[in-house]
Amino acid sequence: MIEVKNITKTYASAAVATQALKGVSFKIKDGEFVAIMGPSGSGKSTLMHILGALDIPSSGSYLLDGKDVSTLTDDELADIRKDKIGFVFQAFNLLPRATVLRNVMLPLIYAGIEPVEREKRARAALLAAGLDEEHFHHLSNQLSGGQIQRVAIARALVNNPSLILADEPTGNLDSKTGEIVLGTFQQLNREKGRTIILITHETDVAQHAARIIVIKDGLIISDRLNNQQKII
Amino acid sequence: MSLIDILEETFSALLANKVRTFLTILGIVIGISSVIAMLAIGQGAQGTITDSIQSIGSNLIIVTPGAQRGVGITVSGGRGTAKSLKLSDATAISQQVPSIAAIAPEVSGRYQITAPGQNTNTQVVGTVPEYTTVKNLDIAEGSFISSQNIDSADKVAVIGPTVRDDLFGTDAEVIGQTIRINKMEFKIIGLTAAKGGSGFGSQDNLIYIPLSTAQRYLSGDEYVTTISVSAASADSTTAVQQAITDLLLARHNIADPTLADFSTMNQADIAATATSVTQTFTILLAAIAGISLLVGGIGIMNMMLTTVTERTREIGLRKSIGAKKRDISRQFLTEAVTLTLISGLLGVILGWAVSFGISYFGVMQTRVSLSSIVLAVSVAAAIGIIFGYYPAKRAASLNPIEALRYE
Ligand SMILES: Nc1ncnc2c1ncn2[C@@H]1O[C@H](COP(=O)(O)OP(=O)(O)OP(=O)(O)O)[C@@H](O)[C@H]1O
Ligand SMILES: [Mg+2]
Repeated sequence: MIEVKNITKTYASAAVATQALKGVSFKIKDGEFVAIMGPSGSGKSTLMHILGALDIPSSGSYLLDGKDVSTLTDDELADIRKDKIGFVFQAFNLLPRATVLRNVMLPLIYAGIEPVEREKRARAALLAAGLDEEHFHHLSNQLSGGQIQRVAIARALVNNPSLILADEPTGNLDSKTGEIVLGTFQQLNREKGRTIILITHETDVAQHAARIIVIKDGLIISDRLNNQQKII
Repeated sequence: MSLIDILEETFSALLANKVRTFLTILGIVIGISSVIAMLAIGQGAQGTITDSIQSIGSNLIIVTPGAQRGVGITVSGGRGTAKSLKLSDATAISQQVPSIAAIAPEVSGRYQITAPGQNTNTQVVGTVPEYTTVKNLDIAEGSFISSQNIDSADKVAVIGPTVRDDLFGTDAEVIGQTIRINKMEFKIIGLTAAKGGSGFGSQDNLIYIPLSTAQRYLSGDEYVTTISVSAASADSTTAVQQAITDLLLARHNIADPTLADFSTMNQADIAATATSVTQTFTILLAAIAGISLLVGGIGIMNMMLTTVTERTREIGLRKSIGAKKRDISRQFLTEAVTLTLISGLLGVILGWAVSFGISYFGVMQTRVSLSSIVLAVSVAAAIGIIFGYYPAKRAASLNPIEALRYE
């Protein structure tokens, strides 16, 4: 259960202060599939980082499963990220000197999973994200943009998070592979009850979600259920 | 995160930048090994000098003419330039001062020495038979000067092995040969045993002749340049030294001891002076080595700072997928420790090898001490850990997004 109340985020850089979020409020229940849409620079990634317990809002409150995230310690936040949340970054953020497999195993290392089990789960997650086994031992800088994206998705799914946050997860994929990834999300949502929040600027992609929130200039301009959800 | 995982991360990180890791390790290795080798040289020199002072004689007191000028100057400056000690002073000491084992007055000076086809310039000591007792001198071949030689002022000489090597060649038969000292012929009657050691306190490069001969034919007067006295026991050395001083002051009619025209010195004084000299030498070497250790330390510092800065994004990424602060700081700490451990080990081995090589090839005696190893390694480790750990700790406390944005 996600509940944000009147969240703002101001980036105070050297010269100017940018207000990326100007007061955003909504609730997302467990098991929802939500797409967040909006033009570039509207504050989508900023919001997503806050929802992922990676960054803190400048004001307002964020309750995750009833707990106010701003009151948690650094270690408690780390535990939330490790156990509850799977994050697909817009910039992927893979570890360049590690192999694909090792990148995907990284969250499991911090979660203290045994090596054999780790590798088994990482392989399963990679296959689920649509990456061929032949790439498992490549370094991430030896992959195409789409392949990198699938590794990033596999890494987000590998620790079976209850909340999956994906920032433009299909941005680098052709429409066919994009469909596969969206299908995986829908399956996780439907069969395992995972909450999924997806950022996109493509209406077509957003159509796969059950609810669509549109933000512009740091404010929500529409929040509606999608009655034409495309099911794969 | 288990230890194995941490080590795996560490090696992958260190291997990711092989050249930089190698150069950093090289810097520390040079720093650590030079501290160890330099201190080994210093301490080895100290040991050599202490040994050679021991070999000069036992419970030795040396009386030299000239004002009391402080121990340091007396040791290094030429002695016997002033003429204030006579043979009769030595006789008086032996008759009036108790607890004396032996006494050997000497007249020494440098002279041109020639043998057929060779010549050299060396120290000639005119002395008495007791000299061998006082200076722990052994005779290898022939005999030392006898009292009969003294009585009849014979032109006979006992030479040291270095002199033999210079004039006649190594292992040449020299007893019965003649040499010319200051153009006068002397017959060689003995060869002293090699005492080893070089430079300071070496008695291998000396020629001994009877005291009476030296006074009559070389110095031409009744003065002596040194009176060496061997006290009966180590405990009586100070008392004997005091008694000699009192006696000579009385004989020279000097009331104020600070105006004495002679000086006395015991072996402990000489040892103390030499020790302070070698300590200065050791400190100097250690300072030079310390600088290279510092440079090596700055190397680690630089490497750790760059790594941490460079890898701030990596830290952000790790945190965003669930790493705790302590996972991050442990990882960087392990990297720093591994780096210094490897360098420390190699540095100790290299330092040891260099010291061993210096001894082995006979350049100098060296003595590797545990304290120098501990010192060098702990300095390097401290630098590595401090400069690896703190920047990592700082980066680990950034929030993941700030860290990920870091350029
Ligand atoms: N670290 C930062 N410092 C300063 N300004 C920032 C920072 N991060 C984002 N901004 C600004 O905040 C605003 C929102 O950025 P955000 O990344 O949330 O946009 P977005 O909706 O994800 O856009 P896109 O679709 O292009 O990814 C932008 O104007 C951006 O310039
Ligand atoms: Mg964005």
